Amino acid sequence: MAVAALPGEAGPDVDRTSLKTKLRRAERVNRARSFSLVAPLLLFVLAVFALPIGLMLVRAVENTEVRETMPRTIAALDGWDGQATPGEDVFAAFADELVQTQKDRTTALVGKRINYEVPGARSRFLKAGRLVDAGGGGPWREKFLAADPEWGSVEFWAIMKRAGATFTPYYLLTSLDLRQDAQGAVGRNFADQSIFVDIFFRTIWISLLVTLATLVLGYPVAHLLAILPPRHANVLMILVLLPFTTSILVRTTAWIVLLQSNGVLNDILLALNLTTERVQLIFNRFGTVLAMTHIQLPFTILPIYSVMKSIPPSHLRAARSLGAGPLTAFVSVYMPQTLPGVGAGCLLTFILSLGYYITPALVGGPQDQMVSYFVALYTNREMNWGQASALGAILLLITLALYALFNRLVGIDKVKLG
Amino acid sequence: MQMKSLKMTLSALALSATCGAAVAADSLTITSWGGAYQTSQDEAYYKPYTAKTGTKIVQEEYNGEAARIRAMVESGNTTWDAVDVDAATAQQGCDEGFLTPIDYSKFGGEAAFVKGSTFECGIPTIIYSTIYAYDADKIKDGPTTIAGLFDTKKWPGKRSLQKTPFGNLEFALMADGVPADKVYETLKTKEGVDRAFKKLDTIKKDIVWWEAGAQPPQLLASGEVVMATAWNGRIFNANKVDKKNFKIVWDGQLMDYDLWSIPKGVKDLDAVYKFIEFASSPEAQAAQTKYISYGPALLAATPLVSPDILKDLPTAPANAKTALANDPVFWGDNKEELLKRFNTWIAQ
Amino acid sequence: MLAPSYATPREKLSYFVFALFCALVFLFLIGPILVIMPLSFSSEPWFTYPLPGLSLRWYIDFFTDERWRIALQNSGIVALFATLIATGLGTLAALGLSRGNVPFAGLILSILISPMIVPVVIVAVAMFFGFAAVGLNNTYLGLILAHAILGTPFVVITVTATLTGFDRTLTRAAASLGASPWTAFRTITLPLIAPGVTSGALFAFVTSWDEVVVALFLASPDQRTLPRQMFSGIREQISPTITAAATLLVFFAALLMLTLELLRRRSERLRGTGG
Repeated sequence: MAVAALPGEAGPDVDRTSLKTKLRRAERVNRARSFSLVAPLLLFVLAVFALPIGLMLVRAVENTEVRETMPRTIAALDGWDGQATPGEDVFAAFADELVQTQKDRTTALVGKRINYEVPGARSRFLKAGRLVDAGGGGPWREKFLAADPEWGSVEFWAIMKRAGATFTPYYLLTSLDLRQDAQGAVGRNFADQSIFVDIFFRTIWISLLVTLATLVLGYPVAHLLAILPPRHANVLMILVLLPFTTSILVRTTAWIVLLQSNGVLNDILLALNLTTERVQLIFNRFGTVLAMTHIQLPFTILPIYSVMKSIPPSHLRAARSLGAGPLTAFVSVYMPQTLPGVGAGCLLTFILSLGYYITPALVGGPQDQMVSYFVALYTNREMNWGQASALGAILLLITLALYALFNRLVGIDKVKLG
Repeated sequence: MQMKSLKMTLSALALSATCGAAVAADSLTITSWGGAYQTSQDEAYYKPYTAKTGTKIVQEEYNGEAARIRAMVESGNTTWDAVDVDAATAQQGCDEGFLTPIDYSKFGGEAAFVKGSTFECGIPTIIYSTIYAYDADKIKDGPTTIAGLFDTKKWPGKRSLQKTPFGNLEFALMADGVPADKVYETLKTKEGVDRAFKKLDTIKKDIVWWEAGAQPPQLLASGEVVMATAWNGRIFNANKVDKKNFKIVWDGQLMDYDLWSIPKGVKDLDAVYKFIEFASSPEAQAAQTKYISYGPALLAATPLVSPDILKDLPTAPANAKTALANDPVFWGDNKEELLKRFNTWIAQ
Repeated sequence: MLAPSYATPREKLSYFVFALFCALVFLFLIGPILVIMPLSFSSEPWFTYPLPGLSLRWYIDFFTDERWRIALQNSGIVALFATLIATGLGTLAALGLSRGNVPFAGLILSILISPMIVPVVIVAVAMFFGFAAVGLNNTYLGLILAHAILGTPFVVITVTATLTGFDRTLTRAAASLGASPWTAFRTITLPLIAPGVTSGALFAFVTSWDEVVVALFLASPDQRTLPRQMFSGIREQISPTITAAATLLVFFAALLMLTLELLRRRSERLRGTGG
């Protein structure tokens, strides 16, 4: 390219190649310089953002609890045929390692891991810990079986063996309401533990509702902003952007104050005789969607607005002068041209809605909590970090897929702020 | 001026980056349950302790999430020096090794406390109880038994329950006719658990869940709910401080202990013990009852409590007739399953 | 005003309905914020209208309570440093990308913008695990780094937007007149992209200033920020001090909006694209 731009430049061949190389070198240097500007941020994002997320994804399949505390039991189980209750070698190794876990106070943690797949295992492990603490020595097989016949369960030992593997599909399967039985076959999880598929659909459904609501409310407003003279439009634009820069917590607090049973909205409804008793407006789906719509509305409006702004008003006028009615002109000439903006705004709102946590947690009921809430719940309250990571991984996958779609259709560089 | 504040922030940054919370020597971070209860601790323990020793108390609030203690301990950066926990957490914390075993010799031995209240990893501080209450200004002919909590025919309207299986399952069974002394026996069977959830199902759509102890009095005050389970001291406090007319239904109350616990890996164990010793003195324990109606767990404190406060305590004979004592061993063993089932149930 | 002069009466009616609908949407947008402000001046701790009386007690509470004061201070420190990092790195990256010769520019841009897209709980949990391993949990530095990450996409987007209208021949002209790259940058590029950099910095600042989820996971009591303090307030002790804090934040946001609007005007003037 650069060479072609220098036609008629006479000179020996040698010079031309050297010029070529020089130019190429210059380009390379230039490219390296550009990249060196980008590199610090790229490295920063990769190290502080992408790497931790990558490590979280590993946690979704990581399986260290049993492997690290009971290696010899797991090794002994390697030689087990899986047909009948394991022999004394397994029980002896198990009892031996229990002594150590009792000392380290990790018995309950191993028990907890097995408990995910075998209900009741945690307390059984604690009892076994007390049994070995009492001392007395083997043979352990009889002692364990006498204490609790469940120790003879082939299914339990099969699961114990599987829990000793380096990786486990357990958390990901559970996130999809699936479970692996002792033989390794995958089937549906127990009904009283199957909630996650519902929760993913609920998350998508709430996001769709919010997207639709922002579109219905935002489209006319975007149109108004686009056709008003800039002087007026700018003032109204501030009304759109002010909530945008106001803390989500402030807005959520406002909704709580407005929507609660003796809140402002109920007072108004009663005063206007629209209802006779106070209506439940908060801690339910209605309150959640309403508050989320309020927060997301500017995100939908802005892209639609910027597309509408670029449509010449002459198009509508031309359609009218050619005999189209106002509605026909609007629907068949104007609206199709706004579709890119609608697509961008809706997709952005949908993607961002999927990750909501604070707002549903504060204004929703238990039936309105979305995936993010459960990621936080399993991290903070239940200490089931594998489950939190697995749910997070699936949510991340959905989000990134939609982000890629957005990038293809719109281009993230087209997003404008303010 | 700007330069100075910038320098200050820079040094603050450097400090926090290098030595974390290593300033523990002259300050202790103590975590409790917020609201009126924490205020009572502030008045009876923290303020006098700071006045006496100069050690600053940094207060932190939580809602009993044991996981937050464990996560902190596992990350190797223990920032909470002492935590007020319930009995089940004290048990779990010992089992899972995130709480420090207590040296009872510093406290005059286990015999100094109410029998059965001492734990390997927790020193009892108060006896509280989970009860339910209603606003007597709004309901004239209020319920008197635990069954009333579930009777939406006679007392229609929303109820607020704590967002945990703990307590709710017991209440459900007692309301369903199981006598207090048979509750945990029943809950040990799958049928018993099913029965409790079935009872809870009958009012599920009427429940507003609370998570922080300060919420029930507020939900009652705002009229958001007609009745709410709560910790008795919070209701007492709303009546006393905010001049409310909330009525406590003592029938089927669930009695439990709050304990001081020390997360593993605290920077200065001796300093923490010093504080807890102060908070376990008869004078300090008796002083706390002036601010909230919880019974002192230290036997020597009871004679110092004034009689007109004694009648509001969960342990007062008139209140304790049908009381159920929480069984921490049951909850230690079954918490995982019941929590899982409860979370699934509540989200459906 | 909205209807064109050739509109029929029926059309005028529909324009009226349209205007009314838009007015209601604006009310929806701004109403909730307006509703809580007066409550912060209430003399009683209940969130109800009509106000029982006026008082400044919640503001006094806000400014005298040590916890709110520390939270305010922490938010300031964290947001300031997060903004500096985000603006510095973000501006450099936008400059590099806009030169049009970075390999895999599209992919790199997607990565740089992704902190805006990835659900914040995932960011928070991932950093909670990741930072614990290197001892960054419960430190100012950890929170600052996390907030800087969340703020950079805004800087990249706004600076890139200013650079798309940037006439590159200007810096080339400067270079041909003997200016060093740094002089050319300082005297030509920087003044032109300054509005973009500033508004990016403002967005980065607001992002950190309002951020609660990451703070919930990464901050210890020592680093408790304003939103974190508000969050525990809303969940644990719903006191009107929160509405006082909220009102102060709304004024802060309005001030910020005004700055952004002025910057936008200035930028339009500079580039001659106003109107």
